[in-house]
Amino acid sequence: MLLSELAMQQKAEIIAVKARGRQRRWLLDLGFVPGAEIKALRKSPLGDPAAYLIKGTVLALRKEETNLIEIRRKV
Amino acid sequence: MMGTSAEAIALNLLRKNFNIKNDDNKPLVALAGNPNTGKSTIFNALTGLRQHTGNWPGKTVSRAEGYYRYKGQEFLLIDLPGTYSLLANSTEEIIARDFICFARPDITIVVADATNLERNLNLALQVLELSSNTILVLNLMDEAERKGIKIDVKKLEDYLRIPVIPTVARDGKGLEELKKTCYRINRKGIKIKGFQMSYSREIEELLEELIPYLQRKLAFLEDKISWRWLALRLLEGDKTILHSISTYYPIYGEAVNVIQKGDVQVDGVN
Repeated sequence: MLLSELAMQQKAEIIAVKARGRQRRWLLDLGFVPGAEIKALRKSPLGDPAAYLIKGTVLALRKEETNLIEIRRKV
Repeated sequence: MMGTSAEAIALNLLRKNFNIKNDDNKPLVALAGNPNTGKSTIFNALTGLRQHTGNWPGKTVSRAEGYYRYKGQEFLLIDLPGTYSLLANSTEEIIARDFICFARPDITIVVADATNLERNLNLALQVLELSSNTILVLNLMDEAERKGIKIDVKKLEDYLRIPVIPTVARDGKGLEELKKTCYRINRKGIKIKGFQMSYSREIEELLEELIPYLQRKLAFLEDKISWRWLALRLLEGDKTILHSISTYYPIYGEAVNVIQKGDVQVDGVN
């Protein structure tokens, strides 16, 4: 599934980052790397962007970015 | 630190692009680090009131610079923008990268959040690739301790092959050691080359081809750049670095153009 489909307060593991070029580089540098654990924290009032906890830091991503990150939900 | 006075003059000219006035050749120390690592706390603790703030030339990004003295030696300290990376994703990252790459600080201190090393070491590894004489500061050691995080400083030092200094900048802990380390590096005039990341065979083979090519085409850079680092950026498809080279070495713009026009077209290895 995609990170954009992850419900708030749910945890997941990143499987792949499908962005290319500079956007990929940027996501990797921010810690969105395969194998990393990620938790969806909350949405902004309009639903986009949303805040995620990744490697000890809270970062906000837009839907266009979370659509490019493949995850496996943790139970 | 510098070989000949002609070299020193050339370097001072380059540094003037960054509004660094340093005619008496004080050792130049740059502070790099992720946001929220206490980088500014360290900057303030070292320089005290001997600092002033302004903007980076031509940019709306603020910067702080200041002086501190240790054992009679004055050091010029520049606080770089807080970034997660040096790979030119934003104006802040380009400023930090260009400063380390072209102003060539004598020492670069990377301030890392000890509670979150995994995230912070990304930047440290990038700085190691780009420059020599890097020091890693593990700040917020008290918070790390509270969280039950134990860091084997010696092991990290052996692995990275650079000085690693634990600090609690808020309480001034570890700063004496930091100043002493900078002082020693400067006085001995040594170049510490730390750990270098190895990549997949595919990339290493491309590097083997690309590095000699770049050394031929951009011979004017001599030993003033890390060729491996430059080749990696070009393999990644980073177009900003060539632009920066022609900005800081304008008389060689033509040579840079030759490369820009497309000998290197391996865009998108990642």
